[in-house]
Amino acid sequence: MSVTYEDAVTRYDPVLGIEVHVELGTRTKMFDDAPSPAGGTEPEHANQLVTPVSLGLPGALPVVNGTAVEHAIKIGLALNCQIAEVCRFARKNYFYPDVPKNFQTSQYDEPIAYEGYLDVELADGTVVRVEIERAHMEEDAGKNTHVGGAAGRIHGASHSLVDYNRAGVPLVEIVTKPITGVGDRAPEVARAYVQTLRDIFRALEVSEARMERGNVRADVNVSLRPTPTSPLGTRTETKNVNSFRSIERTVRFEIARQAEVLDGGGSVLQETRHFHEDDGSTSPGRVKSDAEDYRYFPEPDLVPVAPSREWVEQIRATLPELPAARRRRLQGDWGYADAEMRDVVNAGALELIEATVAAGASPAAARKWWMGELARTAKSQDVALEELPVTPAAIGELQTLVDAGRINDKLARQVLEGVLAGEGSPEQVLTARGLEIVSDDGPLLEVIDATLAEQPDIVEKIRSGNLGPMGAIIGAVMKATRGQADAGRVRELVMERVNG
Amino acid sequence: MSELIRLTAAELAATLAAGEVSSVEATQAHLDRIGAVDGDVHAFLNVSDAEALASAAAVDAARAAGETLHPLAGVPIAVKDVVVTKGQVTTAGSKMLEGWVPPYDATLVTRLREAGLPILGKTNMDEFAMGSSTEHSAYGPTRNPWDLGRIPGGSGGGSAAAVAAYEAPLAIGTDTGGSIRQPAAVTGTVGVKPTYGSVSRYGLIALASSLDQAGPCTRTVLDSALLHDVIGGHDPRDSTSLPEAAPSYADAARAGAHGDLKGLRVGVVTELGGEGYEPGVRASFQAALDALTAAGADIVEVTCPSFSAALAAYYLILPSEASSNLAKFDGMRYGLRVEPGEGAATAERVMSATRGAGFGDEVKRRIILGTYALSAGYYDAYYGSAQKVRTLIQRDFAAAFEQVDVLVSPTAPTTAFPFGAKLDDPLAMYLNDVATIPANLAGIPGISLPSGLSDDGLPVGFQILAPARQDARLYGVGAALETLLLDDWGAPLLSRAPKLEVSR
Amino acid sequence: MCALSGDALERMSVDARPEVPAVPHRLATMSTIDSAEVVRLAGLARIDLSEDEVTRLAGELDVIVQAVATVSEVAGADVPATSHPIPLTNVFRDDVPGETLDTAAVLSQAPEAQDDKFAVPQILGEEV
Repeated sequence: MSVTYEDAVTRYDPVLGIEVHVELGTRTKMFDDAPSPAGGTEPEHANQLVTPVSLGLPGALPVVNGTAVEHAIKIGLALNCQIAEVCRFARKNYFYPDVPKNFQTSQYDEPIAYEGYLDVELADGTVVRVEIERAHMEEDAGKNTHVGGAAGRIHGASHSLVDYNRAGVPLVEIVTKPITGVGDRAPEVARAYVQTLRDIFRALEVSEARMERGNVRADVNVSLRPTPTSPLGTRTETKNVNSFRSIERTVRFEIARQAEVLDGGGSVLQETRHFHEDDGSTSPGRVKSDAEDYRYFPEPDLVPVAPSREWVEQIRATLPELPAARRRRLQGDWGYADAEMRDVVNAGALELIEATVAAGASPAAARKWWMGELARTAKSQDVALEELPVTPAAIGELQTLVDAGRINDKLARQVLEGVLAGEGSPEQVLTARGLEIVSDDGPLLEVIDATLAEQPDIVEKIRSGNLGPMGAIIGAVMKATRGQADAGRVRELVMERVNG
Repeated sequence: MSELIRLTAAELAATLAAGEVSSVEATQAHLDRIGAVDGDVHAFLNVSDAEALASAAAVDAARAAGETLHPLAGVPIAVKDVVVTKGQVTTAGSKMLEGWVPPYDATLVTRLREAGLPILGKTNMDEFAMGSSTEHSAYGPTRNPWDLGRIPGGSGGGSAAAVAAYEAPLAIGTDTGGSIRQPAAVTGTVGVKPTYGSVSRYGLIALASSLDQAGPCTRTVLDSALLHDVIGGHDPRDSTSLPEAAPSYADAARAGAHGDLKGLRVGVVTELGGEGYEPGVRASFQAALDALTAAGADIVEVTCPSFSAALAAYYLILPSEASSNLAKFDGMRYGLRVEPGEGAATAERVMSATRGAGFGDEVKRRIILGTYALSAGYYDAYYGSAQKVRTLIQRDFAAAFEQVDVLVSPTAPTTAFPFGAKLDDPLAMYLNDVATIPANLAGIPGISLPSGLSDDGLPVGFQILAPARQDARLYGVGAALETLLLDDWGAPLLSRAPKLEVSR
Repeated sequence: MCALSGDALERMSVDARPEVPAVPHRLATMSTIDSAEVVRLAGLARIDLSEDEVTRLAGELDVIVQAVATVSEVAGADVPATSHPIPLTNVFRDDVPGETLDTAAVLSQAPEAQDDKFAVPQILGEEV
């Protein structure tokens, strides 16, 4: 492409729309009692987690999973949505082999939650409010695997295999209103929005929300317009973008690509596109002539869902603290500066520091360890902080040893080294390596006396008021104790001995 | 023991309970009867001798061991082929499912098995229950035992004919717009469409989800009540299943058979009679009304003006829901798979080829009609409007039941017609259901029982409708009318049917 | 589970509903069904039809549609729609796993199977 992203955003105003699907972590599927692969049941083979309902067998009927409804309400409340007093399921009719009934049971004009918003904080602390149009419940499809032949080239030589283990897994789809006014920060906003949602799903405990497992999937809509006051341009929808980085890249690529099309006097086609991980590009998906005619109608096999206001309020009352509120609270508790807090969050150290503080360390000390020594170690080993072989409890214990004066900072780093090397807890490493500060004066006095006895001339100089050689004495003592003595105490004891 | 097959289910159950006959004998007698007459009648698509006899033997053994059994234990039954039966081929009368063996049982089948009713086999029907004559079965029509040149009604013609021809004392039907009641009417038998949600739909191959309801096909009102007691009741696998417990319908029928009708308010629905109803049908209906009057009932005429739009609403709602319900038959997971004649065999093209080859004309007609009605831009005018008509019909019923206890009408406008008479005229075929459809749209229960013979010597059905959840009222009033008519006739109406030729 | 009467449902009117996703409203008057429309519908419904079938269905459906079109004239805008004959709400299932089907039994009924999966003809447009 000749048009770069940086160039494109100077001449066009990008508008985003993001649809996020999250697989709920209920034990069973949305409409039947088959164990759900997103709810902790790992299937041993294909088509194992299936009932007549999830296979769409003739005669089978759906029954709504009450826990899934509760999860959907939780998500709606966390996104500041209205919760419908009455809503329905509808059938979305389209033929596809991974959709066993050839319709998806979803919600259409009556979603369970609507009209909400989510405040998304960017890396530099800027807060962007994303308006939520709706959140609705639906079911996941099965999985197709393509077998044999180059794709579509050798007719008859290839076929597909379908596994319905995932069919019927509960989904909540969250649809934004057009996200405008974000300009050149569009890719960042898209990424931060989905990341914030992911954190919320985890905080609510409605999903494991593991991107790499497809628990959270995003469809990214992008359009351009000449100016922020122009009417919305034609959008493309890039389907199933499954990592934060890919979301960002998708937006960047589409902005540049669409700018090039528009620059050339062409018009952007409204189409579905696919993102390619290898080169960060998108390409058009298959054009379906009847794609838009889903013949929605109310699902006659299910009755309306009418969450009572009491139920909704009860759920609201038990909502856990959401990540943004928690960050605000912790920042206040810990007295971190804005920039410090942002660094901690961006480094993924928030939970680690919180646990370290809980284990007895001061917030400042906890931050010092995780953002200092440990961050450097993680970086040198190219792993995430949380992947280091050390627990927040161990860091808390380590700091407690420092605070008690049993080790100094230098010794503490040695203890940590031992902990990271798998030598045990800080206490164990300290004992095994014999690193404790010698605070008992007895053994220390023996060393001092021995040192002074070797150098009577120096003793004499000190006694006469010349403190110049004191450093050499202390150094010799520290050397003899392998650094475990407290230098201040050594000085005091030397003075006592000389003058005493 | 050939008379075993002439017993009502209640009588057979008593004989079994008394130890006068075994379930194996009773079941074998019916299997023999099927072997003897079903070549002509073709009520069954599939007979499962071995399985039925094994169930019967199990019941006999349990009885011998002194176990407490269900009142109907050991009484054999036929099941419409739209109901899935584990391990037993289920086709819904379609080539699409030829040879399909379901891996699970419908809830009502589970209840039949638990109660110890041996399942004789699966009965013929219009393909996917679309039709009023069984002429749309992919496996050939069922013939009416009263006249083998005539239709047995539909879609459940097989179940009604099986009962009428003494091939089974009991049968299961399903009624979406009259598929239990209209066959009962034209075969001189009894059929009940329960309140929507009274019998679980789990395992019924869905035609129109908001209209379908399974129910009994029998020769007497009491037998229907007994069977309804077995298959009814809440099922957590059906979201539309009624949550509350139902009273005993058999008790209601027994009480009705001996009760009087003094003070019963009977409403004759103006819109479900008159023009379009054969004179012979009207005469038989009037005779039954006269019998009710003589027994002390008050007959009044009530009007339900929205019923005039019922047929139109029905033929939008049914095809719409059916077009979606039948989408699953695509040759991917079970049943028929057909490769396209030319071009690449992609999944999409195989689906279309399979559905083009596997569905019969009536099914295609209704799927296309339903696809049209749901299609973008037409929804409000068609499906949406039809659902509003449904509200109006419910209101008409509510107003009518303010005035009367039950509503009555002829079940069907005509007696059994000859094969082919309406096959090329879908609208004329649809009109067969004009009197039965309103109950399905409103979800209320209805029964059809014979009121006598028309001037052509063929049976006429008398329909009684009650408010939702008042199925017991149907059994009470139905049993009372049955007693009155039987007293008049001296013998069951079916005894006047011509003897079927028995082949060996 | 709880049940509400139809009236109760009607009273629970919800004003702040989101816009219905846009659906083209091309229906000005009741249209007729011609062969081209039958071909379009058969495509949507995935049913191969012969030319004869298309012609015949167009004729039959046109008559049927004219007959059923009256529904739009019967009920006014103030009449609510009835989707379920017996009004129930909030029928939920506990989140407790139940019995699953035997994979082999299920696949034994499939036209084709491989590796515990349903084998189907190649799906065009599928990401490989």
